[in-house]
Amino acid sequence: MRSITLRNWQNHAATAMMLLGTVAVLVPLALVFFHILRMGFSSLSLDFFTNIPKPTGESGGGMANGLLGSAIMITLSACIGLPIGILGAVYLTEFGGGKLANTIRFSADVLAGVPSIITGMVAYTLLVVPMKGFSALAGAVALALIMIPIVLRTTEEQLKMVPGTLREASLALGVPLWRTSLQVMLKTATKGIVTGVLLAIARIAGETAPLLFTALGNQFWSRKLTEPMAALPLQIFSFAIAPYEDWHKLAWAGALVLVVVMFTLNIGARLMGRSARQS
Amino acid sequence: MNAKVTLEKMSVHFGANHAVKGVDLDFAANSVTAIIGPSGCGKSTLLRAINRMHDLVPSARVSGRIMLDSHDIYERSIDPVAIRRKIGMVFQKPNPFPAMSIYDNVIAGYKLNNGVQRSVADEIVESCLKRVALWDEVKDRLKTSAMDLSGGQQQRLCIARTIAVQPEVILMDEPCSALDPIATLKIEELIDELKERYTIIIVTHNMQQAARVSDATAFMYLGELVESGATRKIFTTPEKRQTEDYITGRFG
Amino acid sequence: MTEADSRYEPERRRPLGGDTIYRWLTAGFGLLVLAILGLMLFEMAQGSLPSLAKSGWSFISGKDWDAVQGNFGALPFIFGSVVSAVLAILVATPLSVATALFITEIAPKKVGGVIASLVELLAAIPSVIYGLWGVLVMAPWLQQSVQPWLIDHLGFLPFFSGAPFGASRMAGVLIQAIMIIPIITAICREVLLAVPQSQREAAVALGATKWEMIRIAVLPYGRSGVLGAVILGLGRAIGETMAVTMVIGNSPLISMSLLSPAYTMPSVIANEFAEATNALHSAALMEIGLILLFVTLAVNVLARVMIWSVTRGAKGGVA
Repeated sequence: MRSITLRNWQNHAATAMMLLGTVAVLVPLALVFFHILRMGFSSLSLDFFTNIPKPTGESGGGMANGLLGSAIMITLSACIGLPIGILGAVYLTEFGGGKLANTIRFSADVLAGVPSIITGMVAYTLLVVPMKGFSALAGAVALALIMIPIVLRTTEEQLKMVPGTLREASLALGVPLWRTSLQVMLKTATKGIVTGVLLAIARIAGETAPLLFTALGNQFWSRKLTEPMAALPLQIFSFAIAPYEDWHKLAWAGALVLVVVMFTLNIGARLMGRSARQS
Repeated sequence: MNAKVTLEKMSVHFGANHAVKGVDLDFAANSVTAIIGPSGCGKSTLLRAINRMHDLVPSARVSGRIMLDSHDIYERSIDPVAIRRKIGMVFQKPNPFPAMSIYDNVIAGYKLNNGVQRSVADEIVESCLKRVALWDEVKDRLKTSAMDLSGGQQQRLCIARTIAVQPEVILMDEPCSALDPIATLKIEELIDELKERYTIIIVTHNMQQAARVSDATAFMYLGELVESGATRKIFTTPEKRQTEDYITGRFG
Repeated sequence: MTEADSRYEPERRRPLGGDTIYRWLTAGFGLLVLAILGLMLFEMAQGSLPSLAKSGWSFISGKDWDAVQGNFGALPFIFGSVVSAVLAILVATPLSVATALFITEIAPKKVGGVIASLVELLAAIPSVIYGLWGVLVMAPWLQQSVQPWLIDHLGFLPFFSGAPFGASRMAGVLIQAIMIIPIITAICREVLLAVPQSQREAAVALGATKWEMIRIAVLPYGRSGVLGAVILGLGRAIGETMAVTMVIGNSPLISMSLLSPAYTMPSVIANEFAEATNALHSAALMEIGLILLFVTLAVNVLARVMIWSVTRGAKGGVA
């Protein structure tokens, strides 16, 4: 029989290791955060939100065109992705007992695991090649492909949480199933669904890889959906790997803005999710 | 007395499980019929068959005939959605729509079916809430969430929601099982008033309740209809031994 | 006239009712998801055909990648991806499991909750931002402090030979590890939370210390879930593009050294696909994408099956 002192010692050693591991996890993450805040705030100025990048060698400039481009492409991809994701989820909850529904669920899970650069390649072959040019539209489609499986699965989960008694109550009033589904089930689950949508938007707002060969990026203002368009993450990428100190500064400022947007969306989603669970 | 709803050799199967076995039963118009029996006897299953709620369960199969004013409601060409407008249902637990106000809950079925003018809607909401004796309690907060009401108020709201669609038959599936005695009493009084206008079929496990509210009573056991008749007769001089045992509390 | 006096007049079912349309409409949207996956596989396979026809199996074994000469051997990228993903998993797994255990078993509930939501927020930081930090902060630090020390003291080992490049396999591995730790930790935490309290109580009632409780009750119960989390992390690491591309050096070398620059499958696609010089070049990149797709699909399916087996069982047990 092992002595109790040895066992206690082991217990303390193991606890210390776990604590140490946690610290080792938090330190680099804290460092990333620290640098983004420090470098970001020292480089951020009003110019960042109003100007487009200056040519190589000149200091100053901003990423206003990237902010606009990201907003346009995110909106467009939401317009494509949300109907597919949400109505697909409706199918899974209202009619989803069979094999087809399980196949759809499985494909959504598989799609969610596809590296985002692959969705970029697919959008490239589907849109860039036939349209003979990089375009914001292709970028939005690539982002939508990422968004769809996320929205589908979170919406399905939220719809499943709506008590079945509400569906029965509505049907017993002689309301057709389609109205029941839209006006009772979806309406009741709205907060939860919005939570999932916000998280999905946060996810695609930071995506860079799928835009590399779809939207491509643009040094100038661009508003046409059929032309290359700037995006914030793309600009952070190209400025970070460029050999100019000034561009690095802009990249840090961009990173700060992106992180703030991301955290706002995430925290907003969390609060929304909490109030959905309470009601 | 003429029958509003008639069951002829009505059976319900869930897969291989034979839940209701060949029931023949008449429900008289403008009266309250109670269906009693131990839990699992098939009484709720029978009730849900009457407004085609089993259509939603893929494994469920209803056979025999269910006649509403001598039309078979399971005939192929019949629209099940329209049937449910004629045959309303009140459930065990009050289930108001949480995302809607009190007002919207009452008008929900009506609005979702027909679309409705504002002034007409106001009238319907007021008259339905008055009929369930809820108007005075909620008239100042019609736009607040229905979830803020007490359980008994919620159940009366659900009844108001049901009668707003102008059904002819109201099915009640143990409507008081989640309520306290005072709320129960109010619902029972309401049932008594409602029978002037509607044909009411109520499932209950509470025999005192059946004795209090119903004109006729049917006793079910193991999916079969054992005995039915005038409530007073069933509770005083039942014909079958099983009925007597159940009513006197010897099993169940 | 009261309602009860009225007689029921049957309403006929319309041949094409709203519900039927609704069913087919939503089914159509659901099927789109299926179609997208199918289209994805089809497009990637079709795009790879010219390269498959030209190079055959030598595509996987060839070491030479030269777009100008038209030689396409993908081995350096496959090697680079596998090595750095595996190393990243080796770094990330113990740390993630330790953190998840600390959160669920050791820390007071509030502290654990705070750490858990911090970790979840960090999982939301985009790849390009980790890359930015990696290339501007971590890589210079590695080049100036860590790597010279390693060369001086451990340079006799093949893993630490060569010159101190900041952008190196080492940087790639570290950034991948930092990025997958939040994901693995979050899933491990869920898995550990799904371990029934009765399991813990049983162990404690036998006189086990906390660590013994973890070892005999918690970890064995959640084992396949933890393994699933790690495999899911592996999938993420293999598919990770931006951050790795920014710090790994992007040089198709097959080297044992952690200090030398390397390349991965997603990185070469990110760098070359938009500017592919000819049809064969883009087909070769498509084929790399196809390989990447199959590998990540296999890894993900495996991981999901393993995680399901734990969390599903737990839900059934509790309810």
